[in-house]
Amino acid sequence: MKDRAVFVYSDRLLAYKFHDHHPFNQKRVFLTLDLLKHCGAIGEEQIVPPRMATEEELRLVHDQTYIEAVRKAGEGRLSEEEGESFGLGTEDTPMFPNMHEAASWIVGGTLTAADAVMGGAGIHAFHPGGGLHHGFPGKASGFCIYNDCAIAIKYVREKYGAKVLYVDTDAHHGDGVQWTFYDDPNVCTVSFHETGRYLFPGTGSVYERGVGKGYGYSFNIPLDAFTEDESWLYAYRKVIMEIADFFRPDVLITQNGADAHYFDPLTHLHASTAIYREIPKLAHEIAHRYCGGRWIALGGGGYDIWRVVPRAWSFLWLEMAGLPSPAGPLPKGWVEKWQKHAPVPLPAQWDDDRSAFPVIPRKKEIEEKNRQTVERILSMIGRQK
Amino acid sequence: MLVEDMMVKDVHTLKETDPIERALRLMKEKKIRHIPVVDGEKRVIGIVTDRDIRSAVPSVFYSREHEEVFQMTVKSIMKRDVITVHPLDFVEDAAVVLFENRIGCLPVVKENRLVGIITQTDVLEAFIQLVGANQPGSRIEVRVPNRAGMLHEVAGLIREHHVNIHSVLAYPDKKGSDDKILVFRLGTMNPRPIADKIREKGFAVLWPVPPEMKS
Repeated sequence: MKDRAVFVYSDRLLAYKFHDHHPFNQKRVFLTLDLLKHCGAIGEEQIVPPRMATEEELRLVHDQTYIEAVRKAGEGRLSEEEGESFGLGTEDTPMFPNMHEAASWIVGGTLTAADAVMGGAGIHAFHPGGGLHHGFPGKASGFCIYNDCAIAIKYVREKYGAKVLYVDTDAHHGDGVQWTFYDDPNVCTVSFHETGRYLFPGTGSVYERGVGKGYGYSFNIPLDAFTEDESWLYAYRKVIMEIADFFRPDVLITQNGADAHYFDPLTHLHASTAIYREIPKLAHEIAHRYCGGRWIALGGGGYDIWRVVPRAWSFLWLEMAGLPSPAGPLPKGWVEKWQKHAPVPLPAQWDDDRSAFPVIPRKKEIEEKNRQTVERILSMIGRQK
Repeated sequence: MLVEDMMVKDVHTLKETDPIERALRLMKEKKIRHIPVVDGEKRVIGIVTDRDIRSAVPSVFYSREHEEVFQMTVKSIMKRDVITVHPLDFVEDAAVVLFENRIGCLPVVKENRLVGIITQTDVLEAFIQLVGANQPGSRIEVRVPNRAGMLHEVAGLIREHHVNIHSVLAYPDKKGSDDKILVFRLGTMNPRPIADKIREKGFAVLWPVPPEMKS
């Protein structure tokens, strides 16, 4: 179907930059947009600039003292000791000039996407600069300063009274969002991630199910390290429709971190681009089946910014915009333009050559373990204690 | 971590004159498996477990024929000479007592009076807290020679990266090796630069594996 879809972007979003060697690099958003332009898959009229979030909007989730600390840090007035309790000035979230403003633009972009979607039926929006799901109310964590996902959920709840289904396919657990809505039965959080036994942030076990009235509205699907496409997609397909059918959301918000790929330097999942073709298809279906089309897609992690993220997020946009899924070679112009800047050989094709990936000796065990996890989740849907 | 930090303080108890039926009901209602038997001074004189009860009462197939069994006193089936601990004992010592005597629970006794109970489940919970991932962090495992100062050396490398350590475990490597394994939970999403630095210094980093060995 050909849907009205918007892509939230302006160069302002690139100001969210810790330093040159930091793994979180928003250049990937620019590379994605450029790839789409080379495909002729996006028109200028579809690109919407973000607005800047107000302090009041940040306060929907964050503490005033924390916001002030971020502002001070961005002005170079926050000492190392002061920063520590806010998670600022750490190796993960170093201080940088005007960080409050940079982070507020990201949040504003997500709110821009939310307003576009909630304002008119059948509109989807993609804000690849957003999806910073680790931020806590009073603390920066895991490269995230303000939690745009959580703020947008609160915003949509308060302004439109909508029930929100949040689906997080980043390789890291969507902890900041989960804990923010842990007691809220009107927000259902679902996170597919590499098990926290080894990977940051460590949480996201199947037993984290919510508290009080929110019990039964938090779902976690931790997958074993080295999980590959088939097993990953098995879990996703089995679980997500069941949850959507149980929860019946008014709006779907997806966090589309692209770090479950074999090439990603920070995680140990072994997926290929195949999952990034499939993830948005089901999301799209859920949006139309339950939400009158309302679908807000956000970015997230993704630390191989050359070989993985641009293709992964292009698949998402193409699905959202109702364009045919591409196959075969990537646009030559794009590859040639960026190859001289990239430290690694850029892929030539839309799809990965899976035979070039290493064989996983424990494949069978991993698949078995993931199947068990899926069974457990399925038995929990709609059940009270 | 002390027993008094982990023990259950609201203990359900029995008198030795109580009928077995009461013990059975208490176990079902409260979902517990061990009930201390106390006298009027709250002194522990015995303990009844679900196993004692199961061997005393008739099988479900004959329960109507021997209803008198349910009215017999707890005294007739309770175990005496109960092993107990003190609230200021360490949880790890309580764990050793549980393990060595192959029992499921320990009444906690202070000045001869029952003040709490600690079970295998409570000890497991203490273990979860000790290794706890209750703060966002990543895991690093390092194999070091079993010598003084190794923890200091590795922790020093972590410090150079301004990364906080949430928890540390040190345990012996597999049998036949003299090495130790150090497990850290670190407050960072990207432990790789630290892992590289530790490797550079000649230690074996077991996790995270380097990217070229990811399988």
